[in-house]
Amino acid sequence: MQRIGVFVCWCGSNIAGTVDVKAVAEALKFEPGVVHSTDYQYMCSQAGQNLIKDAIKEHNLTGIVVCSCSPRMHEATFRKTAQSAGINPYMVEIANIREQCSWVHKDMAIGTEKAIILGKAAVAKVNLNAPLTPGESPVTKRALVIGGGIAGIQTALDIADAGFEVDIVEKKPTIGGKMAQLDKTFPTLDCAACILTPKMVDVAQHEKIRIFSYSEVESVKGFVGNFNVTIKKHARYVKEDLCTGCGACVEKCPQKKVANEFNLNMDNRHAIYIPFAQAVPKVATIDPSACTMLKTGKCGVCSKICAAGAIDYTQKDEYIEEKYGAIVVATGFNPISLEKFDEYAYSQSKDVITSLEFERLTNAAGPTAGKLLRPSDGKHPHKIVFVQCVGSRCSAGAEKGKEYCSKICCMYTAKHAMLVRDKYPDTEVYVFYIDVRTPGKNFDEFYRRAVEEYGVHYIKGMVGKVTPEGEVLKVQGSDLINNKQINIDADLVVLAAAIEPDKSARPLATKLTASMDTNDFFTEAHPKLRPVESPTAGVFLSGACQGPKDIPETVSQAGAAAAKVIGLLAKDKLLGNPCVARSNELLCNGCSNCEKVCPYGAITYIDKDFRMPDRTTRTRRIAQVNPAVCQGCGACTVTCPSGAMDLNGFTNGQIMAEVDAICK
Amino acid sequence: MQITEHKPLIVAFCCNWCSYAGADLAGNNRLNYPADVKIIRVPCSCRVNPMFVLRAFQKGADGVIICGCHPGDCHYTSGNYYARRRMAMLFSMLDYLGIERERTRVEWVSAAEGAKFSATMNDFVEKVTKLGKNKRLEDLRCKK
Ligand code: FES
Repeated sequence: MQRIGVFVCWCGSNIAGTVDVKAVAEALKFEPGVVHSTDYQYMCSQAGQNLIKDAIKEHNLTGIVVCSCSPRMHEATFRKTAQSAGINPYMVEIANIREQCSWVHKDMAIGTEKAIILGKAAVAKVNLNAPLTPGESPVTKRALVIGGGIAGIQTALDIADAGFEVDIVEKKPTIGGKMAQLDKTFPTLDCAACILTPKMVDVAQHEKIRIFSYSEVESVKGFVGNFNVTIKKHARYVKEDLCTGCGACVEKCPQKKVANEFNLNMDNRHAIYIPFAQAVPKVATIDPSACTMLKTGKCGVCSKICAAGAIDYTQKDEYIEEKYGAIVVATGFNPISLEKFDEYAYSQSKDVITSLEFERLTNAAGPTAGKLLRPSDGKHPHKIVFVQCVGSRCSAGAEKGKEYCSKICCMYTAKHAMLVRDKYPDTEVYVFYIDVRTPGKNFDEFYRRAVEEYGVHYIKGMVGKVTPEGEVLKVQGSDLINNKQINIDADLVVLAAAIEPDKSARPLATKLTASMDTNDFFTEAHPKLRPVESPTAGVFLSGACQGPKDIPETVSQAGAAAAKVIGLLAKDKLLGNPCVARSNELLCNGCSNCEKVCPYGAITYIDKDFRMPDRTTRTRRIAQVNPAVCQGCGACTVTCPSGAMDLNGFTNGQIMAEVDAICK
Repeated sequence: MQITEHKPLIVAFCCNWCSYAGADLAGNNRLNYPADVKIIRVPCSCRVNPMFVLRAFQKGADGVIICGCHPGDCHYTSGNYYARRRMAMLFSMLDYLGIERERTRVEWVSAAEGAKFSATMNDFVEKVTKLGKNKRLEDLRCKK
């Protein structure tokens, strides 16, 4: 039998104003198991806590009920109090008589009656509480960062600077991500490469960082502090340790007609290639779909040219197994495909381009060496129309586009417009917009400069249709402010395509059992208070994989994610949550239902020998819960047909007891 | 004018991560709802065993409501989907047994929806009050 102490808090007048606390304490005295019941003004204060501690000693209490504010507020406080007085912290239950009673009911009699019932339910539950001890698990002091864009780079650098080892897995042959493709960055107009490439070099030279480029995460097992990850390193047919990145092979490669994805297919590269001059690692990669040697066995020019002997046509995909304590997802974004937006004639004319393609066209390292030329005929465009919100902010239920705002387009379009007007003052620039959204430091000033100083024509309205006609693109749009139709004969149309999470994110989320929203952005553990943690313990989020973000925001989120990772890796062991499922092996019939509903893969099956009454031994398949992986949702407990599964801290018995107490 | 208004007994199961927090928020904002509602905290809506619901009716509850995170937002990814399906079946069975549909409900309330929590409870209590006392499943042996 439990010896329970009940402590009713006044919370000043917050509770005592609507609940007769003395009456509550008095009424609960006679509940089964209660040996002591009292009230106090502020139970969470030092004095209040001491009162609990003294009572525990004096009355030899084994269980505690605190009738006070929400357990989300002070459950942890009172658990600590109990622990310091020598009883198990999980022997404490809270009756929420503030948020769910005194604050929502006005009448004293009614409030008091309800408070008593809530107190009774808590007492009934504590009667069935059992001491719980959280399991301990060691922490592998190494982090994995998935994605090598600016988010991943910053996170890796911050973690590594704190002294922990970090591995970056990047599926492309080089790190750098989208930022490496950009020309200038808003709102300062400093060049993206100038601020990014030094960071890439830092990563390459950092003694605590390893880069797995041209690699992907194949599988993830384990749990926070102890992930086992298999990384698949694609064969690049070049030995990374020997290649010096001199580029001789690239020059001599006879296969030069391969679409260059780094320049968004606006020019060509060779079958052996280095994506761009500042690539990290600066190592050549052979594209197996284009290489004549790999396809037909006849060529081998690059291996003859390579002085370092780095070419290896027989290289195979490699699988690397590694252990990590924490995983950071930084898989980034991509512009959406514009297939469904044919009204803008993206597929019909080379001169209708996306904003990312525009970045490459204005980039000194791009296909036109930074000269703004039309992709179709290489002529200089004199009239450019920018269309905002292509595929962003579409109404719910529309069969194309995204509901959300892609957040970065207003600013980069202002940047593009400004850059064009700056370099080519003879070019007229029109921007069609729904709203201009510039809520960032120095953002609105930047946009206004585009309008006021650079004379960019901003037109509030949408473009209805773009029709290629001979050399020009006929743009039909509406001007909602002046309420008229607008027709522009443009030379170039730039579409601010919505951004969406990278396609690799969804399968990765499944491997990590991390949750995603309907748009495939990773969900954070709490939208306000835990924005860089995924609800899955040990998995953190950095950059645009969590939602559209610009560079400053991405970098700050990357730093925040790193801080969380460091906090985790700095621990020598982790205390688990003891409120996890447990299976009664005598009742379990091995049906696998619980395994199927478990979102974490915490349940496995083992064959166990049981002694039967007739002295034979029978081997039965039974479920086993890994308490370090189980998060304690309880899905398995309800699914279990034989009632073998139960949840610590919220057992069937405890909840039933609460129901009974309330329905008395 | 009613002479004696029947006070219903309502059991609300709230998942810890969204709805329980939503109820707390209703409290913080002092959004009143009838005291007939008594909340039981569960880790996730999927923790609610049909047994608990049956037991509540057996012991004299007049209505049972289960609150969880919005679809897609369950802290445990998919718990509320299980709850939704499971309860749909249970409630139709209860309906068959004579426990009207209005006495049972599943509602999604996020941690930010204090107002929704209070509105839901007001509405639910009103509906259940109209139906009067529930006697269908009540087990008199349970009453001392
Ligand atoms: S945690 Fe709220 S429904 Fe699962």
